[in-house]
Amino acid sequence: MSKSMIGYIMSISVLLLAIWLGVSVGSVKVPIQTLWDTGADAIATNIVWKIRMPRVVLAGLVGASLAIAGAAFQSLLKNPLADPYTLGVSSGASVGAVATLFFGISIPFLGIFTLPVFSMVGALVTMLLVISFAKLVDRGMKMETIILTGIIFSSFLGSVISLMIALTGEELRQIIGWLLGSVSMRGWSFVQMALPFVIIGTFLLWINRRELNAMLFGEERAKHLGVDVKKRKMMILIGGSMLTGTAVSVSGTIGFVGLVVPHMTRLLFGSDNRHVLPLSFINGASLLIICDLVSRTIISPTELPIGVITAFIGAPVFAFIFFKQRKKGGV
Amino acid sequence: MLEIKNVSGGYDQKLVVQNVSFQVKKGEMLGILGPNGSGKSTLLKLISGILPMKSGEVLIEDKTLQSFASKELAKKMAVLPQLHSQAFSHTVRDTVSLGRYPHQSGWFSSWSNEDEAAVQAAMKLTAIQRYEHQLLELLSGGEQQRVFVAQALAQQAPILLLDEPTNHLDIAHQKQLLDTIKTQTIENEITVISIFHDINLASLYCDRLLLMDQGQIKVIGEPQEVVKKSLVEAVYEARVSTTSHPERPKPQVTILPDVMERYKERIITAENFKVTEDYVLFQAEIQLKTWSSAVINAGSGWYKNFVNRRVDASYACDNVQEEMLVYLANNGFSEADTVGMMTAVRTTDAVIKEYKTPFGNIIIMVTAGVGNAVDVSRAYEVEMLPAIGTINTWVIVNGELSDEAFIQSVITATEAKTKALAFEQVKDPRTGTIATGTSTDSVLIAATQKGTHIPYAGPITEIGKKIGLGVYECTVEAIQVYKKAKGWES
Repeated sequence: MSKSMIGYIMSISVLLLAIWLGVSVGSVKVPIQTLWDTGADAIATNIVWKIRMPRVVLAGLVGASLAIAGAAFQSLLKNPLADPYTLGVSSGASVGAVATLFFGISIPFLGIFTLPVFSMVGALVTMLLVISFAKLVDRGMKMETIILTGIIFSSFLGSVISLMIALTGEELRQIIGWLLGSVSMRGWSFVQMALPFVIIGTFLLWINRRELNAMLFGEERAKHLGVDVKKRKMMILIGGSMLTGTAVSVSGTIGFVGLVVPHMTRLLFGSDNRHVLPLSFINGASLLIICDLVSRTIISPTELPIGVITAFIGAPVFAFIFFKQRKKGGV
Repeated sequence: MLEIKNVSGGYDQKLVVQNVSFQVKKGEMLGILGPNGSGKSTLLKLISGILPMKSGEVLIEDKTLQSFASKELAKKMAVLPQLHSQAFSHTVRDTVSLGRYPHQSGWFSSWSNEDEAAVQAAMKLTAIQRYEHQLLELLSGGEQQRVFVAQALAQQAPILLLDEPTNHLDIAHQKQLLDTIKTQTIENEITVISIFHDINLASLYCDRLLLMDQGQIKVIGEPQEVVKKSLVEAVYEARVSTTSHPERPKPQVTILPDVMERYKERIITAENFKVTEDYVLFQAEIQLKTWSSAVINAGSGWYKNFVNRRVDASYACDNVQEEMLVYLANNGFSEADTVGMMTAVRTTDAVIKEYKTPFGNIIIMVTAGVGNAVDVSRAYEVEMLPAIGTINTWVIVNGELSDEAFIQSVITATEAKTKALAFEQVKDPRTGTIATGTSTDSVLIAATQKGTHIPYAGPITEIGKKIGLGVYECTVEAIQVYKKAKGWES
C-alpha cells in the first residue's frame, strides 16, 4: 500500500473519530446513535441536530479551508511559514467582515453571502498587496521578507479594526465576540453561507495541484516546465482568499491551522501537492473539530476562544513531529 | 532548429543584450562564453522566454517563441536551472516526474505508461535510479544537479538550455554530466545551448562557441576559431596562453599569472651535481622546465631532481617503471619532483662539464656505454633484441628556452653525440659500420626559464654552439673512459 493511501485511510479515520467525539461529548453526553435513531430522546435529538452538529460541521469547514489555503500559499510562495494568519490575509478578511458589520452593509443581490463576499475581497486585496510589497522590498521574496510584510499589514489592519470597534456603539459586543474566533452558536445558516465558497475555493486549488508542485521549485522553473504562471497564480490566490475570507467571516480569526496541518501532512506523507491538498483539507477539519471540543469542555461551563486552543495544541505537536522527522532524516 | 534574429533585451531601460543573431542546427551543442556581465544569462533568458525581449525574434522550427502556449513551449524546450536550495523536501522521483507536466492535460490527467517510461529512462541516463525514493535535500550537490538534468530530459524536448550546468561540481561530476548531455546530442539529436564559465570545458564539449562581449557577439564559430589567445585576452582582459588538449583537437586555455613571485635568482652550476656509486644526481632548489625521454616523468614538465641510476648489466624487470619508482622513493626522491633514467655504466665515470655562454652557463652530463651501438641507417637490415648499453645525455641551461629551442637542443645534442661516436670509431658490430648511437639512448634538456630569453638553439646560435661542443667533448670522453674500463684500450 502506498504512503498516500495510508494517509487517506488514517486521515479519514481520525476525522470520523473527531466527528463522533464532537457530537457526543459535552455538558450533556449524547450517544452518536441519536443522529440516526428516530426513537431517541427529543432533547438529545435537539442538542445534536440544532447545536452540536452544525457546530462540528462549521468547525470542520473552517479548519479544512484554512488548512488547504495554507498548503497552497506555502507552495505558491515556496515559504514553509506562510499561512492565512502569518501573511496578514486573515486580518484583511477581518477588515472586510468588520466593515460589513460596522456599516451595516447588505447588498440585496448577495443576501446572506454579503459578509463572506466582503471578507473574501478583503482577503484577496490584502494578499495582492502583501505579495506586491514583498516583491518591491526583495525581488527574491525571501521567507523572512514575506512574513515581515505580513506582520506589517496585520498590525496596520488590526488598528483599522480597533478604530472601527471604538467607533461602534451597540454592535460592539457582537464584533468582539466574533473577532476572538469561535464557531459556537452559529447554527446551520452559517454552514449554508460558507459551504458554496468552500467548495469553489477548494476546487480552484485542487485543479492547480500539479502546478503548485512545479511552483515549489520557483516561478521561473514552473514556467520552464510549461506552467502558465500568471493565470495559475491568480487562480490560486483567488481560491486561497475565497477560503480564508469564508473561514474568517463565519468564525473570526483562528491562527496556526494553515501552518500546522500542511506541515504535519507533509512530514508524514510527503510533499506532493496532489496528496498534500486533500489530506490537509481532511486533517484541518479534524483538528478544528477537536480544538473546538477542547475549547468548550476544558474549563466548562466557560468557553475558551478556539484560537487559543489551536495555538496551544498546534505548536507543540508541530515541534514534536518536526523534531522526530529531523532525527530520522539524520540531518 | 533554433534561430535568434536581432534580439535585444534587458532589465528596465538598460539593454543588456544588443542585436544578437545566430542559428543552431538540430543536434548541435553551442556554448556561450563571456566575462561576467557580458549578457550570457540575459541572452539565455530571452531565448527561453522568461525575459520579454525589446526587439527581434526567436524562432523555434520557424515559429515565433510567442506563438507557443506555455505547455507547447515546454514540449519544445527544456531549461536546466542553476542549483538552489529548496524550502520543501521532495523525493527524487517526484522531482523528475515534474518534467512530464507539459505532456499531461485535463483535470485528472492520469500517469501514462509513456510518462513512466520517460521518467525511468531519464533516471537511468543520469544514474540516479538508486536514489529514486530518497529525498532531494539529502543528496550531494552533484547528485541534485543530476536529478534536475533528469527532470529536463524527462521533458523530452528537442531543445535543451543550460545555465552553467557544471557550477559547484567536482571534475568527476562535471565530466559525467557533460558526457551525458553530449551523448544526448549525438544519440537523440537534442539541440543544446549552454552557458559556460569554464572556457576549457566549453571548448572540449561544444561543436561551436559564441563569445559574448558587452552584450554583443564578439565571435561565433568552432572552438579553434574562438579559443584564440588574442580573442580571449581582449574579451576577458586577462593574460592567457593556449595549449592543445592531449586527446582531442580542441584548444585549451591557461591563465598566465601577473603576480611577481618572490624567487631568489638561482644560477645552476656543476656544483648542483653529486655522483655516488649508485647514481648521478642533479638537484636544484627550483623546478626546471624539462623535456626528456627518461624512464620516469618523460615528456615535458617541471622537475628539480634528475637521477641517472646505475643498474646491474643483468638488470631485468617486468615493470621497469614501478621498480624505478620504488627505488626513487626509497632514496628519498618524490615522483612529483624527479626525472629518473638508468644506465649500466659506472656512475663514477660520468662526464660533467660546464660551458660559458654570453647569457649564462650550460652544464652537460654524459654517461656512455657503447656495447650495444647501432648504425641507425642500417638498423633495418638486422634483427635485434634490446640489450644493455646506453648513452644518457643531459643538457642543463641557465636561461629561458622557447618550445622551438627545446626541440632544437635535442637535435643539436643528438648530432653532436653521433659525431662523437664517429670520432671514436664506435661500430655497429652487426653491420661493421660506424654507429650513430645505441638502441636505448636517452636525452634530457632542462632550463631554469629565468634570465635571458632564448628563442632558438640550432647549431649556429650561441647556445647551439655550446651544446654541440659540450655534448661532443663529453661524449668522446665518456666513450674513452668506457673503453678503458672495458679494457678495449690501454
